[in-house]
Amino acid sequence: MDKVIEMKDAMKLIHDGDTVMISGFGNIGAPCNLIMAMSETELRDIDLICDNLGETVRGFDQCAERLLQQKGMIKKATCDFIGPNPRAGRRIVDGELAVTFVPFGTLAERIRCGAYGIGGFYTKTGVGTLVEEGKETKVINGEKYILELPLRADVSLVKAWKADRMGNALFKYTGENMNTIMAAAGDIAILEAEEIVEVGEIDPGDVRLPGPFIDHIVHCPREVL
Amino acid sequence: MDWRNIIAKNIALMLKDGDFVNLGVGVPMLVGNYIPDDITVILEGENGSAGLGRQLPFEGIYDDAETFERWENEHRGDQGDYRTGHKDMANAGSNVSTLIEGACTFDVPTSFGILRGGHLDMTVLGALQVDEYANLANWVIPGRRVNGMGGSMDILAGTKNVTIAMQHEAKDGSAKILRECTLPLTAVHCVTRVVTEKCIMEFIEGGEAAAHDRNGTKRGHYRVTAMYPGVSEEEVQSACEAELEFVSRSEMKSMAE
Repeated sequence: MDKVIEMKDAMKLIHDGDTVMISGFGNIGAPCNLIMAMSETELRDIDLICDNLGETVRGFDQCAERLLQQKGMIKKATCDFIGPNPRAGRRIVDGELAVTFVPFGTLAERIRCGAYGIGGFYTKTGVGTLVEEGKETKVINGEKYILELPLRADVSLVKAWKADRMGNALFKYTGENMNTIMAAAGDIAILEAEEIVEVGEIDPGDVRLPGPFIDHIVHCPREVL
Repeated sequence: MDWRNIIAKNIALMLKDGDFVNLGVGVPMLVGNYIPDDITVILEGENGSAGLGRQLPFEGIYDDAETFERWENEHRGDQGDYRTGHKDMANAGSNVSTLIEGACTFDVPTSFGILRGGHLDMTVLGALQVDEYANLANWVIPGRRVNGMGGSMDILAGTKNVTIAMQHEAKDGSAKILRECTLPLTAVHCVTRVVTEKCIMEFIEGGEAAAHDRNGTKRGHYRVTAMYPGVSEEEVQSACEAELEFVSRSEMKSMAE
């Protein structure tokens, strides 16, 4: 089994109107090469789910920002943070981009639910705030909780440090962030890997992202900015 | 010292050996600079680490794209590690950071299991407003662009000891310690104490006039337990809309300078 494909073939798997999850916390653990390739396509009306919508840190554009620069590509976004990104801000103010803000922990848990067949969860996060509006609530052990529903995607774009050709993957430090849950929450999961090794070279006990969640792998030894 | 560092230092002095703490961006992050050398405090990074290094010894690597690329290529994969720095090891501000010995890293669902699950000893966050219901507002000002709440709502929902690090009054001179918050809330009934450059206040629950706000949370009040040298009770109270309680002169502590 060999899941490694070319970048151009990976891009053919995304279609207009798809819901696309993109992992990463800033550029850490983000599939920068997949994002850059996607930004060069003609895709339209994508519903994007990610942590951070293109914050600019110390003058460096975060990868997701590249998608926002393509007019008409991103129609809706679900994320927890924009940061001081003037372009994303202007798109929102101009009504070109509909953004739903979700608390980071709730976002991760909604994706985890979508990934693992859970119909939702009750959380105290957001009780008494704008986040609670319009949602079902329940008192559990005397405390109020909000029902949050699962998130899934047509395509997930994720990133690992090292992967074997079956998709079993490893991360360094904070590089894992939402990669494993997003891979599992996508109908199609495309993994960008810095290093690709032969099957058998990764000890099964060390695997962080199980290969069965991954459909395709693109080998990208270096980040692009 | 400026107000930021006064606040940071006084919060750092509250920490104990072994405390597991999350520091928000901005002034709370400065707390890490004042943790006494003889104790070990485990700093949580919401993006997936416990045991962040106290400083960022990487000033300069972001100066220009070439410098950063060179650094990144020398600290990737098996090159570089948690002591020297690694391109995949970042703090909650997305800046590369070291880890202390004994640290660990994990994914985001685990990180928020820690934060939401009540596993921290303290969280330190900034605030725009706090009120007599221990409510906190710090994420959105109506009419201004929304940046997003990040992980703050999850952290506040789960942590028992929420220490607010904020300037005593707003830049325009308006009160930040209110009867009831006017800005959209980040979390209800969550504030444990407030540390400003003028005083330290503990939130005291209940009391005789046990009014309830729209979320059904009980009103309480803030008790001032320490003041900065040279600051008067009048100065502390006059900048607040909420009615404060002051401990007696003999009980009143002096904040560290």
